[in-house]
Amino acid sequence: MSISLTVNGRKRVVEAEADKPLLWVLREDLAMPGTKFGCGAGLCGACTVHLDGDAVRSCQTPIADAAGKSITTIEGVGLNELGKRVQDAWAALDVPQCGYCQAGQIMSATALLKQNPKPTPEDIDGWMSGNICRCATYMRIRAAIRTAAGLPAEEAAA
Amino acid sequence: MSDQITLSRRSFIAASLAGGTALTLDASVVLAAATATAPADVLNAFVRINADNTVSIGAKNPEIGQGVKVMLPMLIAEEMDLAWEQVRIEQTDANEKIYGVQTAGGSTATPRNWLPMRQVGAAARAMLVSAAAKKWGVDPATLATAKGAVIQTSSGKSLTYASLAKAAAAETPPDLAKVPLKDDKTFTIIGKSKPGVDVPKIVNGQPLYGIDTSLPGMVHAAIVKCPAHGGTVASFDDTAVKAIPGVLGVVAVNSGFVPQGKSDTVVVIADSWWKASKAREKLTVKWDDAAVTGFSTAKYVADAAKIVAAAPQASLFKAGDADATLTKAAKVVKADYEYPFLAHASLEPQNCTAMFQNGKLEIWAPSQAPAGGAEETAKLCGLTTDDLTIHMTRIGGGFGRRLMNDYMVIAGQVAKAMPGKPVKVLYDRTDDFRHDFYRPAGWHRFTAGLDANGALIALKDHFVTFGKDGKPIRAAQMAPSEFPAPVVPNVDLGVSYMATNLATGWLRAPTSNAMSFVWQSFMDEVAEAAGLDLPEFMRRTLGAPREIAGERVKFHTGRARGVIDAVCKSAGWQGRKKGRGFGFYFSHLGYFAEIVDLSMKDGAIQIDKVWVAGDIGAHVINPINALNQAQGCVIDGIGQALVGQKIVQENGAITAENFGDFPLMRIDAAPREIVVEFVKTDFAPTGLGEPALPPVIPALANAIYSLTGKRHRRLPLELI
Repeated sequence: MSISLTVNGRKRVVEAEADKPLLWVLREDLAMPGTKFGCGAGLCGACTVHLDGDAVRSCQTPIADAAGKSITTIEGVGLNELGKRVQDAWAALDVPQCGYCQAGQIMSATALLKQNPKPTPEDIDGWMSGNICRCATYMRIRAAIRTAAGLPAEEAAA
Repeated sequence: MSDQITLSRRSFIAASLAGGTALTLDASVVLAAATATAPADVLNAFVRINADNTVSIGAKNPEIGQGVKVMLPMLIAEEMDLAWEQVRIEQTDANEKIYGVQTAGGSTATPRNWLPMRQVGAAARAMLVSAAAKKWGVDPATLATAKGAVIQTSSGKSLTYASLAKAAAAETPPDLAKVPLKDDKTFTIIGKSKPGVDVPKIVNGQPLYGIDTSLPGMVHAAIVKCPAHGGTVASFDDTAVKAIPGVLGVVAVNSGFVPQGKSDTVVVIADSWWKASKAREKLTVKWDDAAVTGFSTAKYVADAAKIVAAAPQASLFKAGDADATLTKAAKVVKADYEYPFLAHASLEPQNCTAMFQNGKLEIWAPSQAPAGGAEETAKLCGLTTDDLTIHMTRIGGGFGRRLMNDYMVIAGQVAKAMPGKPVKVLYDRTDDFRHDFYRPAGWHRFTAGLDANGALIALKDHFVTFGKDGKPIRAAQMAPSEFPAPVVPNVDLGVSYMATNLATGWLRAPTSNAMSFVWQSFMDEVAEAAGLDLPEFMRRTLGAPREIAGERVKFHTGRARGVIDAVCKSAGWQGRKKGRGFGFYFSHLGYFAEIVDLSMKDGAIQIDKVWVAGDIGAHVINPINALNQAQGCVIDGIGQALVGQKIVQENGAITAENFGDFPLMRIDAAPREIVVEFVKTDFAPTGLGEPALPPVIPALANAIYSLTGKRHRRLPLELI
């Protein structure tokens, strides 16, 4: 079927099976491989994108459900001031090891800060626990989110 | 650890300079290999000087997140006296004839390349200095270099490397073994933090990884593998699959795990991976697997319980008379330990892209061992390795999984079946979990004897592992020099082997990730029987600083003592304390001691703080990455113990389907704080991708014991 959607501010029309996940439409049909395939089951968060501003797992979002919606991916998140701030914090703190999960981490972190601009350590852990980093760069992910939020990178001693 | 790289490097430089004619000064040109067509500004296989005085440096090893793509070029740049801002890093292709060993494994990149890469940089510098000296008609010894320029200090004259590149490339390369290297005290790059070269691309989602490979006309492949490892294809019916629009073909191939001539994998090729993946559900395969469906976790556990109680099948190490000493010991401590099979679960699923054309196979592979993959792929494709070109992509996590090259072998055969078409083979998460090369499970029965003074005088272990023909299978061995065996007067280490059909393999800090847990947990028990805490027991057992010969490497008791003292000081260790545990382990030439502090929060273990002290020699080459590696190792190790990781087998096949069945550490379980300290000693630097992992596992188990009074002797730890 023919589906129209907006991706990073640009109108796109794709021909795809209705049940094809948004993840695979992005990667295969729109040649945007920044959104990553990790588990295909909504368990790892590597494929996180924003759908009408909300963080969703694109591997669990049939393309039919994205019809007419506005999608932001890692390729476009930096067009937004907050997204850019998160990306910059990630780079400044040299967060990635292998880096494969980091697109999803950045998309989740940006969604967190959008609705909770000054998260507590518990808020960060709670929100980000859907995103696996197999290299376990969690100390730096916490610090980068705090940096992007304008909080001290190191959390205050309890 | 062979060092053949040193021997052959000189010929690379000579070869790369031999016939250079084309002057290419475009910084975007891929770093030229050492061939007769190398551009004139290529100083050697690793270095090309660009017109804008930037310098392209080849990074030769697979990047799996360990930071080697920055670390190796740092060594070259240091000796070339470059400003880091001048450096442009380019991933080389896989070609060991040009670049030497290109494996990401065993934390070997640093010890193997510490001198050779510096020599490459120093040789390039010497050629530039020599060219400048000729231009100015002066003695090269009167010239200095800094920030990518040759300088005559007396006159203040200087020439950029770019202006000297062509003349320098015509210089005779110096003898690498004799080229002078910088005094460590003058380092300006080594020891200074350099962020990851690919980080800007990573945070912007630009293509980097094997899975991101995209080629014109590329087709996609999904796999169906025999669920029971070692089973082969008897027959398959692809009629329904081929009827699906977009499906381009179905082929049976050999993943490299079954004898040549057999196949164990059926591959569905389509115009999209999503389509291929869905289409494979319509495939009917009859497997020839009767010989392998009898293997199961339940059977291993039952068999191991019997075997461990009987006499070992073979001896690993004997000293003195352990049995006789135990009868006279003042105290005897006995304990059984065990750990499960583990998967690697790298986040980027296994994949590989290949194209076969005109008898040549071109491959884009996220492989930790591309040379081995090339050999295996060539063999199963009926080609020679000279017919293969292998491009190395960035890798979304290695952990040892990608030392095996099944995805490359499969992609090669599929590409060969579809000449002219690039094909990307991609496993899904379930394929990845069920067709891994697992860290083998193991069982240990320990006995230790203490004399009246609490000294360890006798030690026994019966290790039950997996083997074939009286030898351990891959990654299932134990070193006879497991500490403290070499320093105990009466030792008897025995081993027994069980059969398995599972493919086994190296998981980050192989063997050490399990041995650290069983040995250092048991030593905590022995220390307690001796009335000591583990750090103090270790100090007494280590004795005077000295080198002890091991199976392959030497173990320095003084360096071990150094990190034990450092971590105890850092954490303020003052003997046994509730919720606090200690562990030490030596692996991959690195000495690490770690302390874990934990508490109970809402009925669950919360890890409050971890202290790490490590000795990896005189230099920590890239501190910002070193900290990330050490912290990652600690959390990875905690994950092996704490969150329920185990691979379960039924009817010859693996049951795990996804991360729900094999949990990984998530951010909310990570320690609140991890403090890392490096103890600098006067030894050549060694690797850091692995050695910080093993000691945290026993430190955690020992901390839980100190908190709850319950000794956990099985991984994963069952806390309820």
